[in-house]
Amino acid sequence: MLNLDTSQVSLSREEMERFSRHLILPEVGLEGQKRLKAGKVLCIGTGGLGSPLLLYLAAAGVGRIGIVDFDVVDVSNLQRQVIHGTSWVGKPKVESAKNRILEINPHCQVDVYNTALKAHNALELFANYDVIVDGTDNFPTRYLVNDACVLTGKPNVYGSIFRFEGQATVFNYEDGPNYRDLYPEPPPPGLVPSCAEGGVLGILPGIIGLIQATETVKILLGIGTTLSGRLLLYDALKMSFRELKLRKNPATPPITQLIDYEQFCGIPQATEQASQAEIPEISVAELKARMDAGQDFVLVDVRNPNEWEIGRIPGAHLIPLPQIENGDGVEQVRKLLNGSELIVHCKSGVRSAKALKILQTAGIQGKNLRGGILAWAEAYDPSIPKY
Amino acid sequence: MATKILIPAPLRPYTDNLEAVEIEGSNVGEVMRNLIARYGELKRHLYTEDGKLRNFVNVYLNDEDVRTLAQGDNTPVGEQAVISIVPAIAGGL
Repeated sequence: MLNLDTSQVSLSREEMERFSRHLILPEVGLEGQKRLKAGKVLCIGTGGLGSPLLLYLAAAGVGRIGIVDFDVVDVSNLQRQVIHGTSWVGKPKVESAKNRILEINPHCQVDVYNTALKAHNALELFANYDVIVDGTDNFPTRYLVNDACVLTGKPNVYGSIFRFEGQATVFNYEDGPNYRDLYPEPPPPGLVPSCAEGGVLGILPGIIGLIQATETVKILLGIGTTLSGRLLLYDALKMSFRELKLRKNPATPPITQLIDYEQFCGIPQATEQASQAEIPEISVAELKARMDAGQDFVLVDVRNPNEWEIGRIPGAHLIPLPQIENGDGVEQVRKLLNGSELIVHCKSGVRSAKALKILQTAGIQGKNLRGGILAWAEAYDPSIPKY
Repeated sequence: MATKILIPAPLRPYTDNLEAVEIEGSNVGEVMRNLIARYGELKRHLYTEDGKLRNFVNVYLNDEDVRTLAQGDNTPVGEQAVISIVPAIAGGL
């Protein structure tokens, strides 16, 4: 059980009323509510996971909440990042979150860190808190959060999501396993699509984030059985929860210091640019000029059919990336081309570059539309939504 | 005997979008080999070029990580066994 000093903590009359439903729970009671107030929780990210869990941690009476995020609220966040409201679009997420937390519970001390979590600031930040909650969205930061938790001896309440599925567990708690015991290494960039690329059901992070909030509160209270040693899998479409055993792996090398996580996750900037450079590009202005001049070329859109429904560039042929990956799409492109020049596009240019690499190995050359349909929409067609 | 294998969302593009497939085999290794024989595209997502399971993918027999089982890949699959493939996902925003 976490060592929380409640000797100096008291609850005002107003707080007693506010938390009365906790106070009458024998498992929480006055001492438990004081533990929550004495508790200090640091949440990394105020996005899909961070939003719901921060709302409930604030409401539950956690005394001090730190929030780390460098981003500003975007209108496309509002589908799931429920701590932020429409009037906060364009403003820092940490400020928006702080405002909402204090509206829910003015007794909460909110520390905002409008910065990215990096190896140079993680240990110092973590040292001031009892529990760390991982609501990040990328592998380098997840390994950083894990390693910094191990080095500072803090429990890491973990959740992650993809489309309709989520994972949750508690790492590094009471000598339990950590993230590297589950996955020793991250996938190479590009192999696993992100939520921005793959989409996510807006409610999904609500479920997973509140599982994280529940585990955080249990750890602060020292009650129940946490998810430490168990990986919880959630599937929203099936509405199923499954549990897998998670053990310490004796083969995992000990964590002794923080490292370069971008490099660890295979994101050396130079290599990325070099591999991009192998694929010739074309700008939306050049594409427009070719269209206007009636030049002969074939434009292939490798996005998914549901994205095609949102908007399309005139004259484009839809051949989704998965079809190109399984080979059928390569033959479709070959048939379409019949000697013409090939231009490929997707939403922003990443998937089309991937498609062109596959086509190259099949002997088909083409150009990648820089910035994808988003750049096209920006320059020539405001009727296409920026999704 | 066929064993049910649960396919996670990120890998379904390589299994004709099926969320579960039934694959023959007497032990975990054989079932997995037959799986990638049927769905060739899965192979590079699950295994390295020298045939090792990738470090960001776990395979579970029921609720046990196959790597932690005494017999590993040679563990026999039972009558009602379910194999789960669970890759790392990082989404949170």
